[in-house]
Amino acid sequence: MVRLGDDPATARRTLEAMWRIRRFEEAVDDLFARGLMHGTMHLSIGQEASATGACFALRDDDAITSTHRGHGHCIAKGADLERMMAELLAKETGYCRGRGGSMHIADVATGNLGANGIVGGGIPIAAGAGLAYRLQGIDRVVVSFFGDGATNEGAFHEAVNLAAIWKLPVVFVCENNKYGMSFSTEKSMAVETIAERSGGYGLPGVTVDGNDVEAVNEAVTTAVDRARAGDGPTLVEALTYRWKGHSKSDKNLYRTREEISEWRDKDPIGRFEALVVERGVLTATDVEEIRAAATNDVRDAARRANAAPDANPDDLLDAVFATA
Amino acid sequence: MTTNTTQTTGSATRTAAEPGATGSEPRVMTYSEAIREAIGEAMTADDRVFMLGEDIGVYGGAFGVSGDLYHRFGPERIRDTPISELGIVGAAVGAALAGMRPIVEIQFSDFTCQAMDQIVNQAAKIHFMLGGAAQVPLVLRAPLGSGTGAAAQHSQSLEAWFAHVPGLKVVMPSCAEEVKGLLLAAIDDPNPVVFLEHKLLYRTSGPVPAGSERIPLGSTAVRRTGRDLTIVATGIMVSRCLEAAETLAHEGIDVSVVDPRTLTPLDARPILDDVSRTGRALLVQEAPGHVGYMAEIASRIVESPAIFRLLAPIRRLSGLDAPIPYAPQLETASVPQVDSILEAARTMLKES
Ligand SMILES: Cc1ncc(C[n+]2csc(CCOP(=O)(O)OP(=O)(O)O)c2C)c(N)n1
Ligand SMILES: [Mg+2]
Repeated sequence: MVRLGDDPATARRTLEAMWRIRRFEEAVDDLFARGLMHGTMHLSIGQEASATGACFALRDDDAITSTHRGHGHCIAKGADLERMMAELLAKETGYCRGRGGSMHIADVATGNLGANGIVGGGIPIAAGAGLAYRLQGIDRVVVSFFGDGATNEGAFHEAVNLAAIWKLPVVFVCENNKYGMSFSTEKSMAVETIAERSGGYGLPGVTVDGNDVEAVNEAVTTAVDRARAGDGPTLVEALTYRWKGHSKSDKNLYRTREEISEWRDKDPIGRFEALVVERGVLTATDVEEIRAAATNDVRDAARRANAAPDANPDDLLDAVFATA
Repeated sequence: MTTNTTQTTGSATRTAAEPGATGSEPRVMTYSEAIREAIGEAMTADDRVFMLGEDIGVYGGAFGVSGDLYHRFGPERIRDTPISELGIVGAAVGAALAGMRPIVEIQFSDFTCQAMDQIVNQAAKIHFMLGGAAQVPLVLRAPLGSGTGAAAQHSQSLEAWFAHVPGLKVVMPSCAEEVKGLLLAAIDDPNPVVFLEHKLLYRTSGPVPAGSERIPLGSTAVRRTGRDLTIVATGIMVSRCLEAAETLAHEGIDVSVVDPRTLTPLDARPILDDVSRTGRALLVQEAPGHVGYMAEIASRIVESPAIFRLLAPIRRLSGLDAPIPYAPQLETASVPQVDSILEAARTMLKES
């Protein structure tokens, strides 16, 4: 199987996506800290490889369902940074015209069927989208992202079972970052891995290093091929970690500073950079340029978004129902 | 955060007959602290009382309400749970049936949707279905309402859903002064009680009784008595209406503000009496107006002799019939604010 870090063009795209996610999240964190952004935010810093590795296993016309921690999925699937930033800055030009915000940000045009404020909410939706593609005779695949915590919701179990019995073209990607808010996986489940939960429903389950973008991509590619061939769903568990608190109200009382710094040392971006430089696929200068470009892209996106008109409250009532 | 978070309810006027107003010397504390104190006192007084919910342990609760309770009572009685609302509410129903007095915390009232079967089909009906042979004494606490920028799935006001189900009691405490007495009464109650806390109220403060006086469920409070107009309001809208009432007073418009406090059972008498006296009723809620709780209040008024005293049509001021949006300017425009209350009151007075 071709790896993401084997040729310069793919390596560059992969690294670009991960840096754009990292820089976007950092910018959001900063805008929030300065009181320029409203609501709450769930940042995915540290989890760039699972979002990127999984989305890069998809065709442009494939779909994803995302989560409350969804900025990375949205970017990796190809969304425009300016329209994302505009959404978070409550602008009319945002993807959801200011109505959705961070937890609902999505670019439907690039196959993102929605982030979700409800833990587990997107998992049955992914099964349904897979069912639709099957019924329509289209060979599209859906990747459903969700966290470890979400696998304790009934929605996960019901959706996985439906997908398994109907052999739906869905790949369930669990980003296991060890915690559902403050509750660790050791406490929230009596099995070792999320992947083994697949056994109860008769679909394959695999666990991969979620900070290894190539490993994620390889596992999801295998699962996508299987789904596209009509052989049904797979559960892929990507082991990763969020560096920041769960949301803005997190005081990190449930984990140690040592644990956080241990995982910071496993930085998925630094690791991929070292790998591709070592392989001679990209040079240190290339890497530097990619990083700088991402920084600029995010800064420009924020500046342009900021200049856009504010979301308009006048037509809220017209926004509720679709018209035929 | 909007400026509403800093709004206090300390100006609420008490009626003489109000339970909870007597007893030991009150201390100023926040709405969250008062809830935590009520839970702590109930757990100390009764071994059957315990709490379960997501992140209520070391994290201290999504809104910090459980705070140090985990350190005081330990992991058996302050039970951190996986993200499994249906499971934990169901477990609370079972524990209640089997002799315990569980308090469930749901992080946002929107997630009661996940647990609706256990709330509506199980908890609400078991006592009735079993011919009175069993009881389900549980309290389901959950924050509701908008104003924090958390958008459509984290900001709803679903109180009318619960109030529409026979067998559920529904409480909407509107201020720090009363949340403790109402929660203690809810914990005592032999029925399932849905206890809906407004998230903008958590940081507001007021004098909270040191003792464990209960405020009976089903006792409407008249917060302020006026001559020209009766405003009936629930939850966060009570403090907004009281603020509006101050401004109106300067304009020579004298209004009553009445707070039902418990939606089920409803103590309608004080509302009907006050409307009979003023001849005007303005009904204010955050939830969308269509089929909302204030439609029930309006029906109660028109079904009573108070209808013959009306000088003006009853008027409802509600949230838009739309999901709560994210952008602050959209969110503010979606639910009644002090200004829209003022405008509605002035219009009613002008028109009649
Ligand atoms: C049904 C539901 N319950 C609870 C919450 C509150 N909540 C939001 S995110 C979260 C933790 C989710 O954990 P996980 O699925 O592991 O995703 P992570 O945050 O780690 O990315 C919780 C409890 C919610 N949004 N929806
Ligand atoms: Mg997690």
